[in-house]
Amino acid sequence: MNMLTVEPAAPLLSIRDLSMRFSKSRSLSDTLAGRPRQIVSALNGVDLDVMPAETLGIVGESGCGKSTLARCIAGLHQPSSGDIRFEGQSVIGLKGASRRAYNRRVQMMFQDPYTSLNPRMTVRDTLREAISVHHMREGAAIDRRIYELLDLVRLPDGAADKYPHEFSGGQRQRIGIARALSLEPTCLVADELVSALDVSVQAQVVNLLLELQDNLGLTVLFVAHDLRLVRHVSHRVAVIYLGAIVEVGPSEALFSRPRHPYSQALLAAAPSLDPADRRRAPALSGELPSPLAIPPGCPFHVRCPHAAERCRTEKPVLRPVGGGMAACHFAEAISGA
Amino acid sequence: MVNDKPETVLELRHLRTEFGSREYPLVAVDDISFEVNAGEILGLVGESGSGKSITLRSILGIVRPRGRVAGEILWKGRDLAALDEAALRKVRGREIAMIFQEPMSSLNPLLTVGLQISENLVAHTGLDAKARRARATELLDMVGIPGARDRLGDYPHEFSGGMRQRVMIAIALASNPQLLLADEPTTALDVTIQDQILRLIQSLSRDLGMAVILVTHDMGVVAQTCDRVAVMYGGRLCEVGTTSQVIADARHPYALGLLRSIPRDVAPRTPLYSIPGAPPALNALPPGCAFSARCPVAGPECLDLRPPFETVGQFHKVACHHRFEALAHFNQQEAAQ
Repeated sequence: MNMLTVEPAAPLLSIRDLSMRFSKSRSLSDTLAGRPRQIVSALNGVDLDVMPAETLGIVGESGCGKSTLARCIAGLHQPSSGDIRFEGQSVIGLKGASRRAYNRRVQMMFQDPYTSLNPRMTVRDTLREAISVHHMREGAAIDRRIYELLDLVRLPDGAADKYPHEFSGGQRQRIGIARALSLEPTCLVADELVSALDVSVQAQVVNLLLELQDNLGLTVLFVAHDLRLVRHVSHRVAVIYLGAIVEVGPSEALFSRPRHPYSQALLAAAPSLDPADRRRAPALSGELPSPLAIPPGCPFHVRCPHAAERCRTEKPVLRPVGGGMAACHFAEAISGA
Repeated sequence: MVNDKPETVLELRHLRTEFGSREYPLVAVDDISFEVNAGEILGLVGESGSGKSITLRSILGIVRPRGRVAGEILWKGRDLAALDEAALRKVRGREIAMIFQEPMSSLNPLLTVGLQISENLVAHTGLDAKARRARATELLDMVGIPGARDRLGDYPHEFSGGMRQRVMIAIALASNPQLLLADEPTTALDVTIQDQILRLIQSLSRDLGMAVILVTHDMGVVAQTCDRVAVMYGGRLCEVGTTSQVIADARHPYALGLLRSIPRDVAPRTPLYSIPGAPPALNALPPGCAFSARCPVAGPECLDLRPPFETVGQFHKVACHHRFEALAHFNQQEAAQ
């Protein structure tokens, strides 16, 4: 074998055909009438690779499954089918010590800084719990590590003995970041990390995340609905629609030239800062179909301006288009490739 | 005499709204003056706690009795602040209507949508039952709800988030108001649905000649929807101007910083400009400029001396002691990047 050939790096996480179905509880009248349980298909066959040390942005409308995907990766949901491989090892059905080891290496940060911290625990207690459960440090080294972590997220040492309610939203998100970093993870899953913060504070947290990622070589899954922010922080971006990836590609390519009609509409709908871009008609009509009844064929065909007969019957697969991948029968014709 | 100045429908003069005890009042809105012209969309921008929602609520008197409103609210020449509850009720909902952020909690879940529209028609028009039904259908049709006639008997939970906001708008429009107060009407919605609702508000304002005050924290929404903008910080106005003036040529250091912290035309993954610190608490506002604690160009007088509004261009006014330094500071920053 030629030693000089540069092998493409092996993905850190590789997700294959991942599905997640939740069954709704049946009402009494449905049970009596013998109607079957309704199934919510939150994820329908997601295929995705996450490379080491990259930021992968995940965007989509609410209810499209982006949080479910994040939670499956972080091990908070057991997927219904499909596989998640971490460094080549399947993590589905991991138990005991190997489950704990995986949980330590993939850490999640949550959206709402007001409900994701225990109000009765000081910052020190919160961090100490994480550190001691996973035996990251012992004895006096724990306290030293706590101050190191607070320093890392730019909180004063005095913050250690305060309760969450004494902090502002931006500071609480930093505590959430410190908690995740206390376990020295390989991969961070940031589910709408800054959405609940004021614009003037968002930039502080985003800058911190970028800096920590570069210094610590972290892989970040950045789930968000703010497209401008996702474009800024991500190396690659995946667009999700009704629980399936419709387009994935390098951030700049995807934002400057989206290939899938849904990505195009989503980008057009995001309010631009230039008043000259003003439109009279909305970018996309209709609403997200219910995940209880996903349309056959291409799930987007009911809202797609380019839909043809083929789209109603045949589900498009994710295939290479341009520099990335798109799941559309007519991606070339639509994006003028 | 030729007068091309548009007709002013609402004028706020030195509006001040405070809560709490009289000895230690919490001043949520402090000395705000602006006017709204017939048929225009005025954006009121600021972060949470800046007093933008309280300004809207003060106009309609729904902060009373716990909030104390001072100053003048001139609605077509009449001072609403001086009216008693009974007289105010004739204006509220009839001449000035309001829609809220969370459409699920502002609709009554136990009443059908048709009934909730009719309630407003009973209160503000002399229509009989049959005419009310026809008008309700017409209104739902106008806000773009498909199959309007068949949906009058549906309950709010049978509508999606975007459709509920359309129902709220239909209720608000029932009495042909000349002014619509919209308090973050799209914050809870997805970008594609937000886009639909904003286009709807825009076309209704144009077709019905209705003035709108749109409260938002998103500069993109302002750029795409509003004719003029007023920027609020810590309960005070800091900059007023046309949308293009404020977005392309902001002068106040807060407005400049806010716009700079939004990623646009910056290299991916570089640090974003961030305003240091956090928004001030209402009980800790300095007597001078509210932004002085976070301002990069603040001088010693800013803390004690309230900056007056100064005209910097036609329609464009800024309240800052150091606006030339601010502009120079941010231009320098930009050049450095």
